[in-house]
Amino acid sequence: MIRAPLVKALGALGSPTHQIASRAVRTSAVLAQTPAKAPEKIEVFVDDIPVMVLPGTTVLQAAAEVGVEIPRFCYHERLAVAGNCRMCLVEVEKSPKPVAACAMPVMKGWRIKTNSDLTRKAREGVMEFLLMNHPLDCPICDQGGECDLQDQAMAFGSDRSRFTDINYTGKRAVEDKDIGPLVKTVMTRCIHCTRCVRFASEIAGVDDLGTTGRGNDMQIGTYVEKLFLTELSGNVIDLCPVGALTNKPYSFVARPWEIRKVDSIDVLDAVGSNIVVSTRTNEVLRILPRENEDVNEEWLADKSRFACDGLKRQRLVAPMVRMPNGELQAVEWEGALIAVAKALQKAKGQVAGIAGQLADVEAMVALKDLVNRLDGELLVTEQDFIKGSGIEVRSSYLLNSTIAGLEQADAVLLVGTNPRYEAPLVNTRLRKAYVHNELQIASIGPKIDLSYQHNNLGADPNLVKDVCNGSHAFSKVLEGAKKPAIIIGVDVLERPDGAAIHATISEYCKKLKKPDWNPFNVLHNSASQVGAFDVGYQPGIQAVLQAQPKVLFLLNADAGKVTRDQLPKDCFVVYIGSHGDNGASIADAVLPGAAYTEKQAIYVNTEGRPQQTLPGVSPPGMAREDWKILRALSEVVGKPLAYDNLDELRARLESLAPHLTRLGELQPASGGESVAKPSISISSTPIDVKQKELRDYFMTDAISRASPTMAKCISAVNKQQRQDEARRCAAV
Amino acid sequence: MFANLLRLYQLPRLVLQAPPIRALSTSEPRFKLDACNLYEKLKFEFDEENKKRAEFLISTYPEPERRGALLPLLDLAQRQHGWLPITAIQAVAEMLKLEPFVVWEVANFYTMFNLRPIGMFRLKVCMTTPCRLRGCDEIWRTCENVLKLKDGETSKDMQFTLTATYCMGACVNGPVIAVNDDLYEDLDVPETEKLLSELKSGIMPPAGPRRDRFASEPRSGLTSLLTEPPSAGFGMQELSPKAKPC
Repeated sequence: MIRAPLVKALGALGSPTHQIASRAVRTSAVLAQTPAKAPEKIEVFVDDIPVMVLPGTTVLQAAAEVGVEIPRFCYHERLAVAGNCRMCLVEVEKSPKPVAACAMPVMKGWRIKTNSDLTRKAREGVMEFLLMNHPLDCPICDQGGECDLQDQAMAFGSDRSRFTDINYTGKRAVEDKDIGPLVKTVMTRCIHCTRCVRFASEIAGVDDLGTTGRGNDMQIGTYVEKLFLTELSGNVIDLCPVGALTNKPYSFVARPWEIRKVDSIDVLDAVGSNIVVSTRTNEVLRILPRENEDVNEEWLADKSRFACDGLKRQRLVAPMVRMPNGELQAVEWEGALIAVAKALQKAKGQVAGIAGQLADVEAMVALKDLVNRLDGELLVTEQDFIKGSGIEVRSSYLLNSTIAGLEQADAVLLVGTNPRYEAPLVNTRLRKAYVHNELQIASIGPKIDLSYQHNNLGADPNLVKDVCNGSHAFSKVLEGAKKPAIIIGVDVLERPDGAAIHATISEYCKKLKKPDWNPFNVLHNSASQVGAFDVGYQPGIQAVLQAQPKVLFLLNADAGKVTRDQLPKDCFVVYIGSHGDNGASIADAVLPGAAYTEKQAIYVNTEGRPQQTLPGVSPPGMAREDWKILRALSEVVGKPLAYDNLDELRARLESLAPHLTRLGELQPASGGESVAKPSISISSTPIDVKQKELRDYFMTDAISRASPTMAKCISAVNKQQRQDEARRCAAV
Repeated sequence: MFANLLRLYQLPRLVLQAPPIRALSTSEPRFKLDACNLYEKLKFEFDEENKKRAEFLISTYPEPERRGALLPLLDLAQRQHGWLPITAIQAVAEMLKLEPFVVWEVANFYTMFNLRPIGMFRLKVCMTTPCRLRGCDEIWRTCENVLKLKDGETSKDMQFTLTATYCMGACVNGPVIAVNDDLYEDLDVPETEKLLSELKSGIMPPAGPRRDRFASEPRSGLTSLLTEPPSAGFGMQELSPKAKPC
């Protein structure tokens, strides 16, 4: 089995000589892939269509270039070639036997026949072997209707079976494995393509899955009875060409032909993964990734995929007003809006707004306009960031190297961030660069497992200073790199001395800058943050708490940072959002909003790419889209906002920040980070990150906190840890 | 203490679990571990000499490719211990800095790595066509009768393990039995009985054909290559003194 990345993982504790040696090997591998001169193309014929390809192209890729798709099970373009399913056998003229197209590089003048008698016979034979040990349980299989084996058996298989079980011995049967609360296994259906094994070891960086036995007794499984727990485990469901690995929460829920699919954007982290929301009868059933090379390739993190059952729980379905006895009582919209309007009129301009993690740009602009019309100015984000002039330049709060760009980086310094859990799909890019591009990674912060080898420099923030004035050993690496990158986590920028760290690093990045490469990166973990800064919100709630407002809007602000006792007694708190979480519990009026699957709204991801969600279902009960609530409220207060529909609101957005409406496009941020030297110097409190372990990853926002699947994940992680400890005790 | 041992015993999911009986060679030796000597049986550590050998083996591979030493190390471990307990897998994994599962995958794949305890002499009787034509069925029956073992079983005194295997590449000299690393060829029933009784008394007889011939020469004497082979350089062009390398 091919396991290139694993060879490197061996050297986790390697000596310096090993590091040099391994780098030499990696360099030679890279050189072999990219020779200095572009090699001459060679001509091959696919079904008599001539095509020019580079030497080293496989038969399968050459065929794809002329639009001929060769059937395959084990081959996947993002994984190493295994060549063990044999479904891609094709005839090559003058070759004595059919060749495996996925693994065979083409030679000059080859005539490949993808539809000849021999090819068809080979496919039929392979299919017969595969089906001989595959159960006939399509009617009860969750993969039914979107199964590669079904489709290819229809297209390439025989129309009758020779399988006659005269001795009633039955087909091969394999025990199911328990690999966690997310992935359901029916191992009898497995056809041993080993895609899941390769995904785990190459992309996710966990060597938990593997094969045991040989021939007919081969099984996919784990070494000891162990859960397959990573932040990317859901992707093996998409990779599995049959129904061996399926979505556990979605099992027996729906058939693919019953569901409506809506293209949307994920908002549970700041990556902005592209997703497809599958719905039926106004209910979100599951979430699948959508291919976007620039953002998530074709992967999706587990929280984004499985937290969708949180959209059905803890929802606010009716407006509520707190009664004199202290209880929230459901009322009609009219009553709620009048109550809020009365409070706003009394406030006389002492109005403030806090935008939380899941707030969309439209709602934030509507809130900003409303508060401004009421003579208020305080509009902040719940997630803290550096204060002052730090965010005036757009590039000072973006991931400037871009998510796809990080793949080309050759030296990365992580400062107080754990990309593995804060942005799992950024981490896969870093891992990819580590595997294929000899990326050297160092981190300042606590010791964490990033799924690849990295050099932990320590947790002392003064190391930042050392690296940035060039006295640290890693500065040489950064300065010598072609595409260096420094990634700062938001946990660091929340610190009192965050501004000093930010300024030191941005100053140093000016030195590292290349003509088409900006090494300065901030990795956000809340989807609203970049959009909020783009439309003029200020970071941090302290300003609001100091101002002691009379009316406070909480727009999806659920992190629990604002508490009732920090606010003045007579402060009227208005919560607008989808879930009954921390925000709603302290509110005097609750206005139910829509979740991200229920509205057309723009979110800006951490690299500054605006993308929009589309409504898959309608908001539950009396809930409405957030900006519409604010628009209606403005009417009741008597200061109507100047837009009545989404187009007009988008026009207002465009006048505020033109790049926001160019959906999907990345607006290159102009260079030149802040120059203002902050007055504070870097303290010596060790740098920490919030999400250190897998268990910290699953619940980070109102939706995932409401999700029973995420709760199951956390208990599974805890259970696994208890088992590991017991095992360790037993071994001692 | 026994609770811990049992947990250790359960650690590898498949070590002591019977695989489905399919092929001739995959059936399980009907062998039960005595709970008392279990710990001793499962304990494995490379001894000093083998540690040196292992280090040398590893040093022959460039450091990032050190997993190339996986097969030699597993073989070394098996030679030391007779079979590969899970602790040996762990020891090899530790030495190569690999995940134990990767080592397990490999050890599990090759049939010549024994993941269960086997006897001192592992008898593999070839059952493929050429040997069968030369009467291996009788040889097999003789082995079964003399040793009172069935296919895949190990004797109680841990002396013999009897397995039927497929071709070992000595078809010219069939029927063939392999005992550990050695091949005993040209067998018939009396020769097999003699071989087994010698093994029973603890003697390893010299390997090779058991009839009067050298290697796989024809029994009736040589029919070709009758003369001495010409010396090296025969038939090559005479080199002129000028072109002679100095």
